[in-house]
Amino acid sequence: MTESQSLWLIPILPLIGAAINGFLGRRLPKMAVSAIAILTVLGSFLWVMKTLSALGDLNTPHAEHYFTWIQSGPLEIGVDFMVDRLTRIMLLIVTGVGLLIHIYAVGYMDHEEGFSRFFSYLNLFMFFMLTLVLAKNFLLVFVGWEGVGLASYLLIGFYLKEKFAGDAGKKAFIVNRIGDFGFSLAMFLIVITFGTLDFTKVFEAAAKLPVEAHAGILTAIALLLFVGACGKSAQMPLYVWLPDAMAGPTPVSALIHAATMVTAGVYIVARCSVIFDRAPIALDVVSYVGLLTAVVAATIGVTQYDIKKVFAYSTVSQLGFMFMACGAKAYSSGIFHVATHAFFKAVLFLGAGSVIHALHGEQDMRKMGGLRSKIPQTFITLCLAWLAISGVPGFSGAVSKDEILIAVHGKSEWMFWVGVVTAGITAFYVSRAMFMTFFGEYRGKAHPHESPLSMTGPLWILGLLSVGGGYLMRDLVHTIGPEIADNGDHSSLEFIIVGAGLAGIALAAFLYLLNRGLSQSIARALGPVYRLIYDKYRVDEFYDALIVHPIQAGSASILWKGFDRLIIDGLVNGIGNTIGNVGTVLRRAQGGHIPSYATWIALGAAAVLIGFQLMSGGAR
Amino acid sequence: MMLPNAVPVSWYLVLSAILFSLGVAGFLMRRNIITVFMCIELMLNAVNLSFVAFSYELKKIDGQLFTFFVMVVAAAEAAVGLAIILTVFRHRMSLEIDDVSSLKN
Repeated sequence: MTESQSLWLIPILPLIGAAINGFLGRRLPKMAVSAIAILTVLGSFLWVMKTLSALGDLNTPHAEHYFTWIQSGPLEIGVDFMVDRLTRIMLLIVTGVGLLIHIYAVGYMDHEEGFSRFFSYLNLFMFFMLTLVLAKNFLLVFVGWEGVGLASYLLIGFYLKEKFAGDAGKKAFIVNRIGDFGFSLAMFLIVITFGTLDFTKVFEAAAKLPVEAHAGILTAIALLLFVGACGKSAQMPLYVWLPDAMAGPTPVSALIHAATMVTAGVYIVARCSVIFDRAPIALDVVSYVGLLTAVVAATIGVTQYDIKKVFAYSTVSQLGFMFMACGAKAYSSGIFHVATHAFFKAVLFLGAGSVIHALHGEQDMRKMGGLRSKIPQTFITLCLAWLAISGVPGFSGAVSKDEILIAVHGKSEWMFWVGVVTAGITAFYVSRAMFMTFFGEYRGKAHPHESPLSMTGPLWILGLLSVGGGYLMRDLVHTIGPEIADNGDHSSLEFIIVGAGLAGIALAAFLYLLNRGLSQSIARALGPVYRLIYDKYRVDEFYDALIVHPIQAGSASILWKGFDRLIIDGLVNGIGNTIGNVGTVLRRAQGGHIPSYATWIALGAAAVLIGFQLMSGGAR
Repeated sequence: MMLPNAVPVSWYLVLSAILFSLGVAGFLMRRNIITVFMCIELMLNAVNLSFVAFSYELKKIDGQLFTFFVMVVAAAEAAVGLAIILTVFRHRMSLEIDDVSSLKN
């Protein structure tokens, strides 16, 4: 099987779907559009399955070379795909969850305008995401990396008529550019240092570099890569785009902004584990950023009322956990959490989408409540994801989160405790969302109705995966990378972590089920602190004041009114005006008066004669 | 071949220059189209004079050849020019050169 060249089929199928739906979708019936979208993704899912089963246990990575893309001196960049154990996990997550979300979206988007446009973008996203995870060199990863950014931008701004959607799309794109800039710089540094961008060669060379002499350059590369990861995976300080990205349709939030695209940063850090392992400072930075993000986002999540915003901050926070794992060198645990998080966060978002769908677009949790009897299937599947993210034992989220926190404990004690508290807060805010949405009495006006089978079906599958997926994928994931040193018994630590989760749920139950109203008085008692967290620490305002406004003001006064108006416009208009003025003067010469013409001719002839005389005058 | 006491070439040239200047002055100052036209002929003939003078001086036939060309052109010009003047006069009932200044701006 190693001889065959068939990996390219995996990303190409969704691209074909995107092309058909993008160019012809407008004229096709909805049935055909959804069939094309789903079947192409199903095709690549099945092809992934077939390829993986044929490749066996992947002791050595399977690579395929298609053609040379760039040849410049000694630098050769090919279009190469590769499957190794890390790619295997990512392929399964992306195509599997992607397929389910495509099916869900058929039901969710049924009433929306731009049905075919939506699926064209969604398939396009699948193409770029699969390119990203299959790529065998940094530049090809970057192609996928930028491509998913583009698809994300298009889908966030999907509701063309809403200004906030367009703004959110632009914000996501621009914030991501900052990260991408870091990624590009990292690539330049890699080319300078190693002379190639191919993963295998770079990592071989990096593994051979003596750490003492090259720690600086490796740290720089690792940190720059991490800047890219921060942009894509919404870490501090670049996380601000992700909560706004919820302006897109909910399946998009689930697929791109929870399950797959935002984990690309974790993927790239895990992929480059050889480099990060040899750059301890960079690893520390990864840990601290992950921890800080996890804490900040979790606290914001506690105060939000928009159900999608809660889950968005939860995603940011969980991504922070994944980076904490990477920072503690437990890359496989990080990827493990990527997998389990993909399942339960997809359910949370899809469930939220189902709730929103049931309430005809209502997203404010204060106007929900008591929905558990009205949309029972959504409720039950959401419960599975809720227990999974809260870290209740027996659910997949607990398995991966325990692993991460234990790995963090091996790195540093205090980070472990902060992580445990954050895990408790996580359980608290998700429980809060659940209680506000499904318990108590209904506070809204719309008439809730259960979602169609195309939505509940994927919910059920993903819900069951959030229970058992952790156990299914555990062994598969841990084939990836450096085995975590299993130093003895962690049952006491696990007990603490589980306890924190349960405490979070209990506190939420106490505040939002038993003593409703108490939470309000606590919020009032905390006053300014609560306001600060409710306003998301005013990070957006801070960025506005620090970066956006100076740039806008500078653009307006210097670039627009200064450079553009005065210099460029001045130059262009000045040339025109000068020629016009000269023309006005010269026009007087053309008076139609023949003697004056003749005078000019005579004077001219005289001038020419005198000129010749003067030029050759010296000789005579 | 050179005759004694012959008139030197410079005299011819001076005469030619005087005739040419008279032609230019008349062309610029007179207002009657016919007069202007005659001034042009005067200038052409001033040039002819210098051609012939040089031809004689340098013992070359080229100058006299050119003179015939100039005469032919002058004749053609007179024919066309007089026809134009006639037409202009019929249209405008005037031979003032300032009245035919419509070719401007």
